[in-house]
Amino acid sequence: MTHIMVPVKLVPDLVEEIEIADSGTALDMEWMRLIINEFDDHAIEQAILLKERSGGEVSVIAPDQEGMDDVLFTAAAKGADRIIKLIGEFEEGTNNLALARAFAEKAKEIGPDLILTGVQGNDDLDGSVGPYLAEYLGMAYVGYVAGLSLEGDKAIVQKEYPGGLIAEMEVTLPAVLGIQAAEEPPRYVAVSKVRQMMKEASIDEADAGDLNTSGGLEVNSMYLPEAAERAEMLEGDEEEIAAKLVEIFKEIGVM
Amino acid sequence: MAANDVSHSPSFTKEFYTSLFDVTDGDNIKTCLQCANCSGVCPFGYLMDFPPGRMIAWMRAGIFDEVLETDSVWMCVSCYACTEVCPKDIPLTPGLMTRAKEEMLLAGNVPTELQHALEFSQRYGNPLGESPRKRAEWAKDLEPEVPIMRRAKRPVDVLWFVGDYPSYHPRVLQTTKALYTILNALGIDYGILGPEENSDGDTQRLAGERGLFEVLAEKNAKAFGRYEFGEIITTDPHAYNALKNEYPELGIEYPVKHYTEFLAERLDDLKPLLKGNGEVKVTYHDPCYLGRANGVYDQPRALLEAIPGLELVEMSHNRTTSLCCGGGGGGMWLDGFQWEKAHVRLSEWRVREAVTAGADVLAVACPYEPPRFEDAAKMVEGAGNLTVKDIVELLAEAMED
Repeated sequence: MTHIMVPVKLVPDLVEEIEIADSGTALDMEWMRLIINEFDDHAIEQAILLKERSGGEVSVIAPDQEGMDDVLFTAAAKGADRIIKLIGEFEEGTNNLALARAFAEKAKEIGPDLILTGVQGNDDLDGSVGPYLAEYLGMAYVGYVAGLSLEGDKAIVQKEYPGGLIAEMEVTLPAVLGIQAAEEPPRYVAVSKVRQMMKEASIDEADAGDLNTSGGLEVNSMYLPEAAERAEMLEGDEEEIAAKLVEIFKEIGVM
Repeated sequence: MAANDVSHSPSFTKEFYTSLFDVTDGDNIKTCLQCANCSGVCPFGYLMDFPPGRMIAWMRAGIFDEVLETDSVWMCVSCYACTEVCPKDIPLTPGLMTRAKEEMLLAGNVPTELQHALEFSQRYGNPLGESPRKRAEWAKDLEPEVPIMRRAKRPVDVLWFVGDYPSYHPRVLQTTKALYTILNALGIDYGILGPEENSDGDTQRLAGERGLFEVLAEKNAKAFGRYEFGEIITTDPHAYNALKNEYPELGIEYPVKHYTEFLAERLDDLKPLLKGNGEVKVTYHDPCYLGRANGVYDQPRALLEAIPGLELVEMSHNRTTSLCCGGGGGGMWLDGFQWEKAHVRLSEWRVREAVTAGADVLAVACPYEPPRFEDAAKMVEGAGNLTVKDIVELLAEAMED
């Protein structure tokens, strides 16, 4: 039976304006709203689709962040068999290296045949989790995957390239795949189902130990993008604007 | 852990049927005559595989799961037209259609557009996916200040439940600001909840998300419980319906009025403020959740007729036979889906009636309507000069010099 592990994390929800902390080197987390990394949500969906198609077991694993319980119970309501929360100093700010190391330790214990995780996240300052995880576990990694099927100890994966190209690859399991998009959009689960899951399912808590952030980036300063030059708005009626446009086109040599 | 198929067990039909008795007057369904009035009056009945009457027939035959294999119910705009005409008073909209949507939703069979609105409602407390912290952003620079309960720290006579679209939608904000003007002109002691307010959840409920409705209602109940106020008013008939008819079942009971009722009670104070803006022919569209669902027909008309120079004309469908704008029951979040199925818009049908009635202005009293009818007016021949205004906007304009 194929055991699929899905490591997920929460990232800043861009519905709110993000602010820089007083330190000037990180985001202000105090009012930050977190949301499941969209690509991780697709990784969960892909794992559930595989389970529905070919059987197996799905374990969703996540660091202890504010709001994570809801995400895990939602995953259970979608069909995840195990939901695991890593307990550690994740709220205080960590990096993807430390997160990947913590996921890897747990993976060694669980022994999954396949690891699906989001190909990237909006807070991936120091690279994405998937490749690190593959490195720590000595597994193959394929990123930008948008669909796969399982055949014995192999996965046939569709990897997306820029320009609409798709490559089909065969990967020997166990392997880590960075999911760009699930074959179907992440499904909706009724709130009542999630609430029911909160009563029935339980989150396995696992100690993540001391987080090892070594090898990560050191941020010197963080700042919001500054506008360098603004667009010039042409004023006047249609005739005047057209005349000005022609003038500009001539000036820059496209006419 | 979870299964995602509609149950095909033989007992499913029976379980579903029995569950309909829980709705008020629900067991009237036993007396269905199969007259098909419901299917005939339904604005999308002609293209549903299973309009309400046929759903009941299939249920009686014990093969209701076949109904749920189609997407008929996602064409239902919960407009109460079927419920209104049923000779046996079967609660078709709140019972059969809503329960059927709940089953579809539990089975995970949800059109993507609707899914987004539900996820946003769950996450941000509004279906638009806007920041909950910015719920009172519209009030930011207004003078006199809009009292936000948390900051005002005093009891008020009236708690204004602003609602989702009136808090965020750029067109509907004009309606919100018009009511603000009128409340100030009348010297009403009011306050709003601001970021503590959540979606009323009624349309989510009618789109099948009962659990989400309950979560949202509980959040609003907590906010209501923190403050002292005499009554609640709202411009949104959907919020009005929730607060008046649904929240009490969850033990959340507060007196509530739609703004048309609230202002009609104060017509004597309001009239001297209305100067009028010349001769204008206005027709009024009864919103489903103010009219059919709650029987408020006269107050909106009384307010309109109080405006000097305003002539009120009726469209061929009015009061109990009013046509739906297409936004109810999740329709607001199924425009693409319904267009694909129907290639018509209910809002355009309504705008054609307004044009035929010879109206200069189509007056409304629901926040779903200004954007829907304005879009429709762009598509309907002869509607180029038709203006869509909420009653509260017409009142505020009539107060200007």
